[in-house]
Amino acid sequence: MKLHQKRLLYAGLIVLLVVIWIFYAANGPQTTAVLAGTVRAATLLALGAMCGMIGERSGVVNIGIEGQFLLSAFAAFTVASMTSSLFLGTIAGIGMGLLMGWMLAAMAVGLKVDQIIAGTVLNIAALGLTSFFYDRSRSLGVGKYTNIDLGPLADIPLVGTVLFSRPPLTYLTMALLIVVHVALFRSVWGMRTRAIGEHPGAADTVGIDVLRLRYFNVTIAGGLAGLGGAYLALEAVGTFSRAMSGGRGFLALAVMIFGRRTPFGAYAAALFFGFTTALQNQFQLNNTFDIPPQFVGMLPFIVTILVVALSGLIGSMRDPAALGQTYEKG
Amino acid sequence: MSRSVLRTISIPLAAVVFGLVIGAILILTQNASPGTAYKALLVGGAGDSDAVLRTLQKATPLIFGGLAVAFAFKAGMFNIGGQGQLLVGAVFAAGVGFGIDGLPLVIHLPVALLAGGIAGAVWGGIAGTLKATTGAHEVIVTIMLNFVAGNLTDWLAANPWKDNSGSNIVARTPLVEDSAVIPTFGAVPVGFLLAVITAITCWMILERTTFGFEVKSVGNNRHAADYAGIRVGRIMALTMAVAGLLAGLGGAVESLGVDGRFEAGVNVGLGFEGITIALLARANPLGVVPAALLVGLMEAGAARMQFKAGVAPELIDVIQALILFFVAAPIILRWVLRMRHDASEQLQLGAGWGRS
Repeated sequence: MKLHQKRLLYAGLIVLLVVIWIFYAANGPQTTAVLAGTVRAATLLALGAMCGMIGERSGVVNIGIEGQFLLSAFAAFTVASMTSSLFLGTIAGIGMGLLMGWMLAAMAVGLKVDQIIAGTVLNIAALGLTSFFYDRSRSLGVGKYTNIDLGPLADIPLVGTVLFSRPPLTYLTMALLIVVHVALFRSVWGMRTRAIGEHPGAADTVGIDVLRLRYFNVTIAGGLAGLGGAYLALEAVGTFSRAMSGGRGFLALAVMIFGRRTPFGAYAAALFFGFTTALQNQFQLNNTFDIPPQFVGMLPFIVTILVVALSGLIGSMRDPAALGQTYEKG
Repeated sequence: MSRSVLRTISIPLAAVVFGLVIGAILILTQNASPGTAYKALLVGGAGDSDAVLRTLQKATPLIFGGLAVAFAFKAGMFNIGGQGQLLVGAVFAAGVGFGIDGLPLVIHLPVALLAGGIAGAVWGGIAGTLKATTGAHEVIVTIMLNFVAGNLTDWLAANPWKDNSGSNIVARTPLVEDSAVIPTFGAVPVGFLLAVITAITCWMILERTTFGFEVKSVGNNRHAADYAGIRVGRIMALTMAVAGLLAGLGGAVESLGVDGRFEAGVNVGLGFEGITIALLARANPLGVVPAALLVGLMEAGAARMQFKAGVAPELIDVIQALILFFVAAPIILRWVLRMRHDASEQLQLGAGWGRS
């Protein structure tokens, strides 16, 4: 990031904090509720965006995040319900995510199926499988993940409630943002990953096994989406329902593009999308404005279209050069 | 049948067989008999004239949905927005269908169909125009437009166009006027004939017109098409509008020929089945008809399969996903069937999200 961009970023952050402070002074409980809702809605999007990002940085488009969320949520819910253990459920969700990541890799990298078709197969298969095996009478049996207060930090007004009194998977996601950032931009693995996404031929020449690394990355990334599924079933909602991912796997892709395929950028974008969702919920609770809920519901999707269109126009957001192409060893 | 036709259909056929075999294994895991289940499926979809009518009715929007995906494929674009285009088509056709009365059938019905088609064309055209002018990837844009369409049609059916008769609380429009209902001849709904004619028209456009040639040129190699003087952006925008028109017509036929109204949440999933059908048909408009008939038959028979064999009707969705998988990854089938590799069979779309 260039110096003037950095200054702009800090100036923006300060303005944002001042605005939040003004709102908090005007109406404390409402502001707290909206911001807590923002963080809650951002977690799933951030996990999906990280999943997509690792794939795309290695040159593989993953449009199957929606399906990965859904099937992992189903696995997490079913296992948690059978074992009465949220922890085992979460592990099952991650496991299912890894399996689906591997399947995407097997199709898109191994069998050289068109990447977008491969992802679509995952989505349709997840919807069909979860509907087929869905057992209406099954319930979670144990309570969903509850908030954990981080000692005295949780007592800070506003910030305490919004950031330091969250359920465990939200903390885990925040930690993973840092882990993925460091891994992508400060490790050998990250450099190799970006190399095979930008110029697989050159990466191959210096001895990187392109196909193997793509296999590995897409599989691992699936684990992040799997955690997202577990979050959805065991922390956000506390049950499973048909098609419960509700398009958020696709929104995660927009979040990823908006955040320029960086973890922190994606989290900022996820918070923005989360904010529109939280605001929408709050409007509906309060009847603040006489806007039909359907129109507020369209908002994140219209914003996404604008973001994708603008990112093409501005051209400053560039795709990895080898994105979407299968690699044949020359 | 010539050798080349046999070669073309062998992969989709094998995919269907493999999908059914794995489906049978799933049926066994549910402690049911695959034989009983598949027999009930067949009888429920083709056993008598009622069953045939059901299959044709189910297949009709699927043909339109499949064409909407297949046509865009020809220009190298993936129209995943059939769902949204179909929804807006369905709601606007119903709107014209119940909103105007006193017109004769020969005017009212075509106008209502056209309203659905145009609504779909606008919806598809948005994605195509954005792709052409800003490079926004049509996959992301059409998916988002699906959600926007879902909300918009939901609002229309729940507010301004709501059916206020009796004690109705469901988000749906009133029944369309008799003059806007698509008639049925015996076991053949006119909507199905319309779908078949549309499929043939699509094939003619692609194979026999300049526009079709330009569409295919853009699909084969965008840069070469550009070099040859074809206005690539215009063709992409137009192609998506045509794709939207096709899906919108499908929605209109669903509203005017099957349900008699638009009801929120009824047509969910049809747009995505279009993808399976287009791939099963290898993006050939004429292949879309048998592919849609096959899927339509499975859907028509699913209720009977549940009743007779106790198998959840969602099995059909799983089988469709399996078929899609095998069609998309023909290398597996070829390995099992010991067929020769043919590179031309691979469908390739992928590229980045922005400019390309």
